[in-house]
Amino acid sequence: MAHFFYQTLVGQIILMVLETLAVLVPLLIGVAYLTLMERKVMAAMQRRRGPNVNGLFGLLQAFADAIKMIVKETVIPAGANRILFLFAPFLAFALAMLAWAVIPTGNGLAVANINVGILYLLAVSSLGVYGILIAGWASNSKYAFMGSMRAAAQMVSYEVSIGLIIVSVLLAVGSLNLNDIVLAQRHIWFCLPMFPVFIIFFISALAETGRAPFDLPEGESELVAGFFVEYSSLAFGLFFLGEYANMILMSALVSILFLGGWLPPIGVFPFTLVPGPLWLIAKILFCLFVFIWVRATFPRFRYDQLMRLGWKVFLPFSLIWMIGTAAFLMVTGLLPQGGGMN
Amino acid sequence: MLPQLVFYLFSTVLLISAVMVISARNPVHSVLFLIVAFFNAAGLFLVAGAEFLAMLLVIVYVGAVAVLFLFVVMMLDIDFTKLREGLQQHAAIGVCFGVVLFAELLVAVGNWHMSSVSVTRLSGAPGQTNTAALGDLIYTHYILLFQGCGLILLVAMIGAIVLTLRPVGSGRRQIIDKQHARVPSETLEMIDAPLGVGVISQGGFLRPHTSYHETSVPDSYASGGQIEADKKEKDV
Repeated sequence: MAHFFYQTLVGQIILMVLETLAVLVPLLIGVAYLTLMERKVMAAMQRRRGPNVNGLFGLLQAFADAIKMIVKETVIPAGANRILFLFAPFLAFALAMLAWAVIPTGNGLAVANINVGILYLLAVSSLGVYGILIAGWASNSKYAFMGSMRAAAQMVSYEVSIGLIIVSVLLAVGSLNLNDIVLAQRHIWFCLPMFPVFIIFFISALAETGRAPFDLPEGESELVAGFFVEYSSLAFGLFFLGEYANMILMSALVSILFLGGWLPPIGVFPFTLVPGPLWLIAKILFCLFVFIWVRATFPRFRYDQLMRLGWKVFLPFSLIWMIGTAAFLMVTGLLPQGGGMN
Repeated sequence: MLPQLVFYLFSTVLLISAVMVISARNPVHSVLFLIVAFFNAAGLFLVAGAEFLAMLLVIVYVGAVAVLFLFVVMMLDIDFTKLREGLQQHAAIGVCFGVVLFAELLVAVGNWHMSSVSVTRLSGAPGQTNTAALGDLIYTHYILLFQGCGLILLVAMIGAIVLTLRPVGSGRRQIIDKQHARVPSETLEMIDAPLGVGVISQGGFLRPHTSYHETSVPDSYASGGQIEADKKEKDV
């Protein structure tokens, strides 16, 4: 049996498909329940009850929403570029799924444990702009176009500081492999020595995923719904799924870079009993909770404030932090030597 | 077997999309095909074992450069019929350039000798990832050239800033401290308006009789303007 799966081409392909499904199915269920979690948590913070009609505690609400969305009619505006209009949501959705290939849920437990894992993540997340830009342009609508312009500018701006913060983490790790990044935090999670950039990274992640208080691209008071204003039915649903999958992805990234991934807080007896994937899920859930908490707490930024924060505060700070980290590691001799060896 | 197949798949799509870049009528489609081409080039790097370069190509070219292209091209207001008008006039010059370039290509390809040795993979010393190998090359052996590249980019960046810099003091500027220092007592005036009495004399406002549109664009109403329209309304 093992021979069939590891040695023959057909077996390998079947194995690959199974591995992919093992990541994607829990992810999609996670997205479904994230929407419920968001509504429940927001409701609790605003002293409401939230969805509680469909199923026990509203547990079936996500599926009711999904069915409603699927049976609606897909409307394509008359002036829209049909092919690109329909292509954009698929692109956005596919990219959100693609990034999960490299996320390790345990020691070596990833669909693809590649050497340039973190660069792969950066590459895929930088592609996310296209889904939005194409959607905005192909809709042939002012609101959609303005929304997509904002979204693209916002994502490109915050990617810069995210990149620089990742570089400072990588300096301390000495490898681009996500597995190595987690293993380097055996003794201390990076969120403690790098606390300021941990916070900046989290805020940048909010901006990168277009979440409140940085949800300018879909600012409903000015742009109705932003880049997906013309979308309905399943096409809208794909954007929605992509956005929430990206939220989970960013939380996973924060957990891996700063919160020790699948590692327990302290490597002693009671903590080591819990399997690694559960630790990672707990950390992701914590990050998601903070995402929702922030949404329920802060009012939306103005567009120029957003840009100023990105370029004039976060970028210089993360640049200085990167140089400082390099200098500190160099002076104290802690710089990982022989890094990047297989 | 599989690497060859993947190589031919990537290179076929790369060539087709490269042709589409110049043959697509819509410039936005051209840029999107360019992105597909970049993406397949990254795939080719992966096949050659240069994973770091592949990711860098996607991050830099697809993630940043092509986004700017797309920005600019989406904003363009192009009249397609006008574009095609010039084709006839410039055809002769175009053909000349084409012939010269094609001849040069022929000469170059004609003198190309395929190496009999198969190409080694693009990774460094055994056991070293190609990120480390590349870093070793750039930062240890060719550091001066690398710094030179950086300087050139710096000059380009400063140039771009100088070109787009507006003189200080022009344009609207937000002074955040001043905004934050505002207190209600400075900006708010409480008016005690008795019931049933108009507030106009005490600082309230009425809607202007002629609309903004009427005053700024004279004769913008088909007949008689706002005043006439008001009269009509009264009669009804």
